[in-house]
Amino acid sequence: MKRVQAIIIGGGSAGLSAAVTLKKNGISDVLVIEKDEEPGGILEQCIHNGFGLQTFKEQLSGPAYAERFLRMAEEENVKILCNTTVTKLTPDKIVEYVNAEEGVVQVQADAVILAVGCYERPRGGININGTRPAGVYTAGQAQRYLNIDGYLVGKRVFILGSGDIGLIMARRMTLEGAKVVGVAEIMPYSNGLPRNMKQCLEDFDIPLYLSHTVTKVFGKDRLEKIEVVAVDENKNPIADSEQYFDVDTLLLSCGLIPENHLAEQAGVRLDPSTKGPFVDDRYMTEAEGIFACGNGLHVHDLVDYVSLQAARAAEGAASYLKNGKPQGEPRRIVSGNQVSYCVPSKFYPADPVEKLTVYFRVRTPMDSGTLVIRCGDQVIRKVKKRKLLPSVMEEAVLLRKDMTDLKDDLTIEIVEG
Amino acid sequence: MYDIVIIGAGITGAMLSWKLSRYRLKIAVLEKENDIAEGATMANSAIVHTGYDPEDGTLKAELNVKGAQQYEQICAQLHCAYKTVGAYIAACGAEEEEQLAVLAARADARGIPYRMLSRDEAIAEEPNLSEQVTRVLDFYTTAVIYPWEVADACMETACGNGAKLYLNAPCCGITKDSDGFTVETPAGSFRTRYIINAAGVHAEQIHNMVAKADWHATPRKGEYYVLDQDAQPIRHIIFPVPSKEKGKGVLAIPTVYGNTLIGPNSDFLDDPDDNGTTVDGLAYVRANISKTLQNIPLNRSIRTFAGIRPTTTCPDFIVTELPDVPHFIDAVSIESPGLASSPAIADKVIAILAESLTLTENPDAVMTRKAPVVLAALSDAERSALIAENPAYGRIICRCEKISEGEIVDCIRKPCGARTVKGVKKRVRPGMGRCQGGFCEPKVVHILARELGISPLEVVYDSPKSNILESDNRI
Repeated sequence: MKRVQAIIIGGGSAGLSAAVTLKKNGISDVLVIEKDEEPGGILEQCIHNGFGLQTFKEQLSGPAYAERFLRMAEEENVKILCNTTVTKLTPDKIVEYVNAEEGVVQVQADAVILAVGCYERPRGGININGTRPAGVYTAGQAQRYLNIDGYLVGKRVFILGSGDIGLIMARRMTLEGAKVVGVAEIMPYSNGLPRNMKQCLEDFDIPLYLSHTVTKVFGKDRLEKIEVVAVDENKNPIADSEQYFDVDTLLLSCGLIPENHLAEQAGVRLDPSTKGPFVDDRYMTEAEGIFACGNGLHVHDLVDYVSLQAARAAEGAASYLKNGKPQGEPRRIVSGNQVSYCVPSKFYPADPVEKLTVYFRVRTPMDSGTLVIRCGDQVIRKVKKRKLLPSVMEEAVLLRKDMTDLKDDLTIEIVEG
Repeated sequence: MYDIVIIGAGITGAMLSWKLSRYRLKIAVLEKENDIAEGATMANSAIVHTGYDPEDGTLKAELNVKGAQQYEQICAQLHCAYKTVGAYIAACGAEEEEQLAVLAARADARGIPYRMLSRDEAIAEEPNLSEQVTRVLDFYTTAVIYPWEVADACMETACGNGAKLYLNAPCCGITKDSDGFTVETPAGSFRTRYIINAAGVHAEQIHNMVAKADWHATPRKGEYYVLDQDAQPIRHIIFPVPSKEKGKGVLAIPTVYGNTLIGPNSDFLDDPDDNGTTVDGLAYVRANISKTLQNIPLNRSIRTFAGIRPTTTCPDFIVTELPDVPHFIDAVSIESPGLASSPAIADKVIAILAESLTLTENPDAVMTRKAPVVLAALSDAERSALIAENPAYGRIICRCEKISEGEIVDCIRKPCGARTVKGVKKRVRPGMGRCQGGFCEPKVVHILARELGISPLEVVYDSPKSNILESDNRI
């Protein structure tokens, strides 16, 4: 069986960044496996701008952002295998892939980085009743039809969910000549980035129905009508609040789910709150030598963070390939008050990394709050935060000295004031 | 002039056309939808019931037992999936345990194998059985199939033997004259000597075109959840103890490809085409599955659907030649266990035909079909060899179910092949997985357009008016 030092599964934003970083850290034998015709992942269909503000200090389109990383990958001579699907991953890091040229191939990797991305929650994962006509799409699917294939999916559109892809598609379909009659969001606040609320809805006078959801679709052949209701604080429909919209298209922008079938196959344990693997401060999963990054680890709101965290995962993988596992036993990083999840969720007090950025999300919007990082009763740091939103990923930074020889788990929480 | 026109290409019509295709007969199958297996065959529990449930003395009891006995062989012959999973009838308390004894006695009389399990024995096999379950009757030969795959294989093979399938051909009128019938459809008129009414929920309309039915259609809807493959809460089919009022009740079913179905409810319908899911229906399913099972991860649902059973006011199957209209044969009121019974229903129809029609075996008839390539079922070496021969088998289109372009192309090119996105999904399953076609549907649309020589704008999801794309916006 062929042996490769590091295999990266997925050639999107996470995979490309991880590949470049591995090379820069002296790992020469790197193979990226990409299922699509070309690398770049979902960036290729994100033709709007706003990518790269953190990484490149300029606004790029999705394909342009991917191009930057592709060029770096070329400079580093990264080997990318396209049109190739990984069909199996074992706990001892045997990767099976299939493509038209080689057939079915098994490769032994010394380290694997999962950069597999996520998928959109389909209709069956949301409670929308009624018939099953054509005309109901996930937002990203409609985006692919339009931006890659060049076809508009409908003329009168309603969007469920105020996630960023839905907002972007509201603007995009309007510009392509469709009428977007509204966006419904089941929560009492928007789930998209504030800039997208402004630039994609407000600027086009597209109404946003907060605390509303779509409960039923009508139509035998193609979608004809939808039922929208107001919901109470428990997300239950409020009686007699039904409104009907005659639309031929319903886009679902109801959340992204990390794709972890391969991870589960390899015995990697998943965090129920992120639906991605539990990882330590090196981004290693609970399966030795298998690392995770990108939207397959947890869903990010900016691609810049995807690239950044994938680079950290690659540093972790490089360190593992050179030095093996970290010293000592790991401690947990626990989500405290108002925090819905933390990534990474483990660190090594006997062998901490130089600087650890813990990414987290708050449970509900808050005008202000104080981030508290503590170990038991011992407060390590307090940081004032303003405008905390579930849609915006937050950071808690820990330095080596903060973590060294801690005797207990770390808790990250937000307190009032 | 056809010898036989079969109205309806569900499992009843498809199985019958396959069995009839061994004879020298001119057969036309008229289907009102844009594909075969679109009604009750598309949306049901997919179980080959062994036949313990129907009351003594009914046609259902007779045909279920006889039909189920043939299934494994038929599936092997037609290269269809057939997975023996076993069925647990879970009794809660002494009263229901008495019912198990009644079912066991029936099974004894009908030669159906079973074993009785204590709660502990059952729990060891099925840890998610609820606290209330006290005893289990295990019909361990019960199998699950892909109903539309069997219908498709039957139709494909029948057409290979010369049967003609007409899609989008709803029967809108039948006239009888001295030498036969004329069946009117938008796809043309069909002259025939015999008519078989296998029109499912619409059978009453067809029957009433030649004679007033003394039964009425009372279609009933059943709604289901489909759970992700990675969430497998059960290994056997789990039934509650059946009751007169609630029928077979809410079940959990492990499907051939590792998903789990939870359902159905059972609601009478006014509109026989209303296959929409409802708030109340799914709430009923959720509430009732907890009788026999716990820890069912309904949050791992990837789809919900509703199917319509062609129930009638007659509690039994009706398979008979109309006394006042010779050569018109009803195969109607085929509700559960219609799927399991379909081979025996076909046999019964053929026996009726044989009373007045000479059935001559066609020595050239081929009663099997070319085995479809299923990559997942092959060894690595076999897959590699196949890919070397045809690289399309190496291009994975559906990443959830690992379906290759080659398999999709095969299902379009074969006789009675897929013409729609749903047709492809039914035959080789891209879109059946957890992303529900989010990633692969655009690719399937392009493959269909290329293979059918049409524009992607003309590719439909299902019915002829269910277009997926609205306009070409390329400059």
